[in-house]
Amino acid sequence: MSSIVSLPDQTTARIPKKNYISNENGILSWLLTGDHKRIAILYLISITFFFFIGGALAGLIRLELLTPQSDLMAADTYNKVFSMHGIIMIFLFLVPSVPATLGNFLIPIMIGAKDLAFPKINLLSWYLYLVGGSMTLWAMISGGVDTGWTFTVPLSTHYLNTNVVTTGLAIFVAGFASIFTGLNFIVTIHRMRAPGMTWFKLPLFVWSNYAASILMVLGTPVLAITLVLVVLERTIGIGVFDPSKGGDPILFQHLFWFYSHPAVYIMILPGMGVISEIISTFSRKRVFGYSAVAFSSVAIAVFGFFVWEHHMFIMGVSNYSTLIFSLLTMLVAVPSAIKIFNWAFTLYKGSITFETPMLYAFGFMGLFTIGGLTGVYLGSSGTDIHLTETYFIVAHFHFVMVGGMLMAFLAGIHFWWPKMTGRMYPEKISQLAAVVTFIGFNFTFFPQFLLGMLGMPRRYAAYPPEFQVLNVFSTAGATILGVGYLLPMIYLVWSLKYGKIAGANPWQATGLEWQIQSPPLTENFIEIPVVTQEAYDYEWLDRQKEREVTQVG
Amino acid sequence: MDHISPVIWQFLVKWLTNFAVIPPEASKVAPQVDALLLFMTLVSLVGLVLVVLLVVTFSVLYRRERNPVATQIEGSTLLEATWTIIPLGLFLVMFVWGSVLYFRIYTPPPNAMQMYVVGKQWMWKVEHPGGQHEINSLHVPVNKPVELTLISQDVFHSFSLPAFRVKREAIPGRYTTVWFEATREGTYHLFCSQYCGTAHSAMIGQVVVMSQDDYKKWLASSTSGVSLAQNGERLFASLSCTACHNGTPTARGPNLAGVYGSTLTLANGQKVTVDDEYLRQAILNPSAHITQGYAPIMPTYQGQISEEGLFSLVEYIKNLNSNYRIQQTTTTTELAPAATAAAVGTKGMVKP
Repeated sequence: MSSIVSLPDQTTARIPKKNYISNENGILSWLLTGDHKRIAILYLISITFFFFIGGALAGLIRLELLTPQSDLMAADTYNKVFSMHGIIMIFLFLVPSVPATLGNFLIPIMIGAKDLAFPKINLLSWYLYLVGGSMTLWAMISGGVDTGWTFTVPLSTHYLNTNVVTTGLAIFVAGFASIFTGLNFIVTIHRMRAPGMTWFKLPLFVWSNYAASILMVLGTPVLAITLVLVVLERTIGIGVFDPSKGGDPILFQHLFWFYSHPAVYIMILPGMGVISEIISTFSRKRVFGYSAVAFSSVAIAVFGFFVWEHHMFIMGVSNYSTLIFSLLTMLVAVPSAIKIFNWAFTLYKGSITFETPMLYAFGFMGLFTIGGLTGVYLGSSGTDIHLTETYFIVAHFHFVMVGGMLMAFLAGIHFWWPKMTGRMYPEKISQLAAVVTFIGFNFTFFPQFLLGMLGMPRRYAAYPPEFQVLNVFSTAGATILGVGYLLPMIYLVWSLKYGKIAGANPWQATGLEWQIQSPPLTENFIEIPVVTQEAYDYEWLDRQKEREVTQVG
Repeated sequence: MDHISPVIWQFLVKWLTNFAVIPPEASKVAPQVDALLLFMTLVSLVGLVLVVLLVVTFSVLYRRERNPVATQIEGSTLLEATWTIIPLGLFLVMFVWGSVLYFRIYTPPPNAMQMYVVGKQWMWKVEHPGGQHEINSLHVPVNKPVELTLISQDVFHSFSLPAFRVKREAIPGRYTTVWFEATREGTYHLFCSQYCGTAHSAMIGQVVVMSQDDYKKWLASSTSGVSLAQNGERLFASLSCTACHNGTPTARGPNLAGVYGSTLTLANGQKVTVDDEYLRQAILNPSAHITQGYAPIMPTYQGQISEEGLFSLVEYIKNLNSNYRIQQTTTTTELAPAATAAAVGTKGMVKP
């Protein structure tokens, strides 16, 4: 297999002495930094921590479901475990995963800026995330919470005596971290692009993060309001959601899903941006139909706000409103289909190599296609009645969120690892990890589609024995998946010291981030670049290289 | 098979003998839902195979070894239009097909049998009009449409019947309805599919589909002796509804005989159709449901009547055609108030 990797001569290569990591020393220089790259690293460490906690909880869930009886843990414990798994994975891992780490690190560099527009707000965002995360952990170890990640009223307000208030406030605080990140991105992308960097020269990663930022800024406040209302209802009984006081619990569903549906696009859009970058780089080609891919991100963001009621088709909403929301749901599926085909056709007449990021990207395309298509089963109201609230929905959103988003996140981490650390990850073992993850994932979640078709409800600590075989498959797959996630954790840490020196542009990629040293300087660019080339302009890159050779030679 | 562990062997046997991807089709709508599911699965398979084929073919044809230099292509409006319009068309077909089914599942036929379901942590209570009570089970006759009116007395629950392909949320504070027509005798799963707290996974039961003869026998053998409407009548008297809603010319409340299904004009000019939900709201929140021409004097019964009691009252008013018996009751009350009070006090079969 040939490879596009071109590393500097390892005998003479050194990590540049002056870079954002070596610029200042000491723990305080990290905790008080305004540098978007350092904040990205802080975020990366924290979300990885929460990912492994969430993952351990997922392991407990699968272990409990190995047998039909609730024998590993009591039903109450199981309820706490799946609630915490959902809360941690969604609010503390998936939502910040790509934007707060890769987005934070790369967006300023990709548009040719020295930092985000508001470095201090960026740091504040990380602290808020940390406060939210710590409160969530505190809620977990001081007794847990068993509302499910959806905080459904009146269960959460009147019928549980667990740490609902602490957790609700934790998510409230963490929500502001996400609002600040979104705000920062929007302002930065609008105001701080380098000379010549027009909107249609932006890498698609920037477009998709821009679309996700709009969702964060407009959607998250609604979640914040909803959680405050839940807390007020629980503490002083204001009655907004209480039918005996003239309130309506359905209102909660509307408010919650008004955020939480767009939230899945907050999670997936940045991942789609990662995939665009990687597919282009490893097929040496401009993304097929650049503007269609860019606009489909915006279309997803816009339509994403008008489909929330498809979570409530069986909740006694008007049949006619179901009609509208079902139609809009079908429309929001189209931009995703466009993206998949555009990526596939980017490969056409390319010059393709199969390094780890590309393998993850292929995994993303397959799994996201399944996740997206099964979403149509749920968007169509007649079949939604049978499939909603079952394992079908669990499988569907894990295909999108884990098969899609987590694959994209790992793809992106491997792709930009040399840029962030200056060192390469080990190629062979990471390719193995990508394949193991793909196999383990399918083993874990495909049986859950069948379980859902058969009618097994979600969030069951115990289930009728006829569902056991498929659950055993799922648990066995989860074991493989666990290995797939542990491997990168180990070899990426290993590579920090022993990885090969990457040099500025190991992938021969076109983005501005690859034209500067790895790891970058604190101020990113020695002088602000003037952008004349299109995004993904490989011919421009070749000319640049030639020029360098002639100048040096 | 010495070298295969008996546990694994058992699993394999179980898997091969019990493998099914779809629950039994036991209702009239089930095959219709399954047809759409099959269509979607076929479309999804074609879509998935197409994407995989494209990726694999291009990966083989244009790998770096075979094609060292990429040809830059801007895009193709025609191709992009194709993969916008074809998926859109397919999704729209699924939308229309799904919506037809949705309306079918949630629009009960007028001749459906009525049953009432109360969800509570963590059981399903079913009230039959004939006065039969069930917990975590539902007996229904085969080949007869059955309409369920659902409510929850605490948190959200969801009444899920996978073999019938129907499901409906039981919501606190409002009625929801669902209907089905069972087509195959047997016992099927009944699940609560909305997370409802500690024993959510124990809130399961069974729906028993019986032949119409067996169903009649079951009805006769399980009756409590007091029909739902009779229970409602007793409640109506014991809560002193009769004092105002008695249909006499001087009555302070509107006449309720024949009110069900009619269109009322409220004091604020709004026109409403009297259905189960309206009756429930009018009992619990009377001041917002004043019929034109009447004074807002009715007190609220919020918190005083159980959901089963409300179902009884609704069933009673639904079947109320004349005020004769009410007027009889009021006359008796006027004659011997103490005696009636005593009778109500014993409350043998009244379920408030």
